[in-house]
Amino acid sequence: MTEQSAFKTLTSGDISADQFVRVGVNEQLSEQLQRPSISYWQDGLRRLKKNRVAMLSLGLLVFIILMCIFAPLIYPHSFDEQNIAITNQGPTWQHIFGLDDLGRDIFARIWIGGRVSLAIGVVGALVSLLIGVLYGGISGYFGGLVDDIMMRIVEILVGIPYMVVVIIVSVFLGKGMTSLLLALCMTSWTGLARLVRGQVLQLKESEYVMAAKVLGTPSYKIITRHLIPNTMSLIIINTTFSIPGFIFSEAFLSFLGMGIQPPLTSWGAMASLGQQQMAYYPHELIFPALALSITMLAFNLLGDGLRDAFDPKLRQ
Amino acid sequence: MPETKSKLLQVEHLKKYFTIRKKGRLMAVDDVSFDIYRGETFGLVGESGCGKTTCGRTIIGLYPATSGSIRYEGKDITHLTGPQAHWFKKRAQMIFQDPYASLNPRMTVGDIIAEGMENFGLYPGVKQRQQRIQELLGLVGLNKEHANRFPHEFSGGQRQRIGIARALAVDPEFIICDEPISALDVSIQAQVVNLLIKLQQELGLTYLFIAHDLSMVKHISDRVAVMYMGHLVELAASEELYSHPLHPYTQALLSAIPIPDPQIERQKEVLPLEGEVGSPINCQPGCRFASRCPHAMERCHQETPVLKDLGQAHLVACHLF
Repeated sequence: MTEQSAFKTLTSGDISADQFVRVGVNEQLSEQLQRPSISYWQDGLRRLKKNRVAMLSLGLLVFIILMCIFAPLIYPHSFDEQNIAITNQGPTWQHIFGLDDLGRDIFARIWIGGRVSLAIGVVGALVSLLIGVLYGGISGYFGGLVDDIMMRIVEILVGIPYMVVVIIVSVFLGKGMTSLLLALCMTSWTGLARLVRGQVLQLKESEYVMAAKVLGTPSYKIITRHLIPNTMSLIIINTTFSIPGFIFSEAFLSFLGMGIQPPLTSWGAMASLGQQQMAYYPHELIFPALALSITMLAFNLLGDGLRDAFDPKLRQ
Repeated sequence: MPETKSKLLQVEHLKKYFTIRKKGRLMAVDDVSFDIYRGETFGLVGESGCGKTTCGRTIIGLYPATSGSIRYEGKDITHLTGPQAHWFKKRAQMIFQDPYASLNPRMTVGDIIAEGMENFGLYPGVKQRQQRIQELLGLVGLNKEHANRFPHEFSGGQRQRIGIARALAVDPEFIICDEPISALDVSIQAQVVNLLIKLQQELGLTYLFIAHDLSMVKHISDRVAVMYMGHLVELAASEELYSHPLHPYTQALLSAIPIPDPQIERQKEVLPLEGEVGSPINCQPGCRFASRCPHAMERCHQETPVLKDLGQAHLVACHLF
């Protein structure tokens, strides 16, 4: 009752309209930007820069790449120069990482081998990126029967172990970098193709793609403007993670003697040679193994950082 | 209601079936016919999953129609391709349901609005286009500074305004509003609906307004059609439909509208509906509503009722009439 009467007195005229002044809001001011508008990529980059581990990994990778490019040019010993008198010598000022059982300088060989390992990693990842994105994109965008057929082909390829492919290819092309790269590329794009297909299948049903269709946007523009930019972050993350995979596959195959052939070398081939001398001259195994491990770790940590910065599902 | 009633869009016996592996066909839109007159707002209501959205998307050409015909200004647009499809897309646009999913997160608002202009070569110069984008932003109640921002910087209501500006960018005359307000807060709903009404008056637009909010549809529509499981069950002028619903489903639907007065709301009689919505997969002939209808007869289970005009352009598909 009291509440009701209070309500009545309030409404019955104690407060009149002229007691109120409209303060108003300056709408122009309210829309002023406090911070510049940043795009998705700028935002991701900002997050990545804050991630110390990822930035350290990136720095390390840049260092390794620069060393692979320039160290063999500056270093006094060539990678195939033999010094029979002092084979298996440990690290000295003359030969920083020591010599192997044929008297070759390990420091020089690390960077030459790194060229091969990194080249295989990067080229393999780029080729599988190109094939995987195109294949998965087409399969997902067109859907239906096209998708069915293309995905069955992928499943067949996934079923073949890549060791078999490597052996078959090297029978035809001979052992070496070309056949290694070819065999790795033939089998490695399937994962990315599946990933992209799944993304595209999901995105093509999204309302902004429908809106683009209603606006008369041609297919190629829908793919390049709407679908690819929205799958790009996943593609980049996946590619970064696939580079160490390639490096390791190359090392593994070279270790087994099916990859890089002498006189050219790679980290895997060097580790294979060093492994034979492991008991007496451990430096011949440790240095190539360290180079391999650090590079792979750096790529993986950088991939983690990229994922944290760009994956829409992990962003907060 | 417009003075001169010229038909802008004619939908005749439109069917859209989706094939589901091993199960058969999902009859999302089954034999739907209606006309939309130039300058009016045609409301399409029904519960979730009744085929309203599919109907709208089939009309705009996002889904190919299974059978039936759609004519726009007398021209058959059911299976258009190439330049003729372009002709229709320039005239008809769509506003989407989810303002969070309907804008590409990687594009700026300016680019989003410019997309349609680019496709049709409208406002070719950079300056002209910029000016037009700013005009459109002003028209939908946003600031011109917003053009350089990204969608994630906006609220739901603002995003829906961007969606409206994008649709208006190609100067269409017919807009399908696919539940444009269902994802918004009630206070924002009113703003967006009032914006749509204002735009209709200023630009002479024709709307197909799809929604499940009955009171909002009543507010905006000149005529309203009620859908149930892919069938059109009743079609009448807005006032007529809300004051004299004839189909048992429409009656039940309208009785469920909440009244914003607790005393009346408490005394209100809600017509109870028994049972669940049936499955729209492989439907048999007969009234789709028969299994839940309190007046169902033997005939209702065997014969599909067709829309009958009961005078004053009040159409109902029911064997009772």
